[in-house]
Amino acid sequence: MTEILTVILLIIGAAFILISALGVVRMPDLYLRMSSSTKTGTLGVGSVLLAAAIYFSELGIASRSIATLFFILLTAPVAAHMMGRAAYFNGVPLWKETRYDELKGHYDLKTHVLTGSDEQPSADRVAEETEQPPAT
Amino acid sequence: MSLQGLAVFIITVLTVAIGLAFIRLVKGPSLPDRVVALDLMTTLSIAFVAAYAIATNQAIFIDVASIVALISFLGTIAFAYYIEKRA
Repeated sequence: MTEILTVILLIIGAAFILISALGVVRMPDLYLRMSSSTKTGTLGVGSVLLAAAIYFSELGIASRSIATLFFILLTAPVAAHMMGRAAYFNGVPLWKETRYDELKGHYDLKTHVLTGSDEQPSADRVAEETEQPPAT
Repeated sequence: MSLQGLAVFIITVLTVAIGLAFIRLVKGPSLPDRVVALDLMTTLSIAFVAAYAIATNQAIFIDVASIVALISFLGTIAFAYYIEKRA
């Protein structure tokens, strides 16, 4: 039973990892590439780690493996968000067929603060947003 | 095919995937592209280490995977911080 589960998880993990690498090569845009590498890559790596946890089927090793899996699940979105934010400020171009850029005009490119709309923001809105901690 | 043999096959697939990510690292038009490719390569190396632990039947390598996960997160955050400062 554990062997069958390990085999299934290993094959699923390898397939998703290959798909994520293909997406990083083939996607037209940094943001789409990042979507592929973060989500699919995390799923693939998580499957392989879970396969290792089931294969050894020993409490100490399985808990270490699952702790690593949870760490990856927690940190991959944070790292991807920071990279996407940094890329947006750097002016990395979007794909030419992107229809909506909802952040357009909403970021103050000097102070890196998110503003409400592209009109002049109202006074209380500005006061609310200056309380946010500066971009780190 | 034994489970060890399957793990070796998985390592082969992972090597191909790391090679594909390396193509993006070389080609990447902008610096964030390269950082994303590096991030994917470190994430894939975690899976590589886990598959290697199965292939050699040595559970101690799982510790290596967790340390690589920690280092890769710190590296990506540092790169993102400096890229954002540069803007």
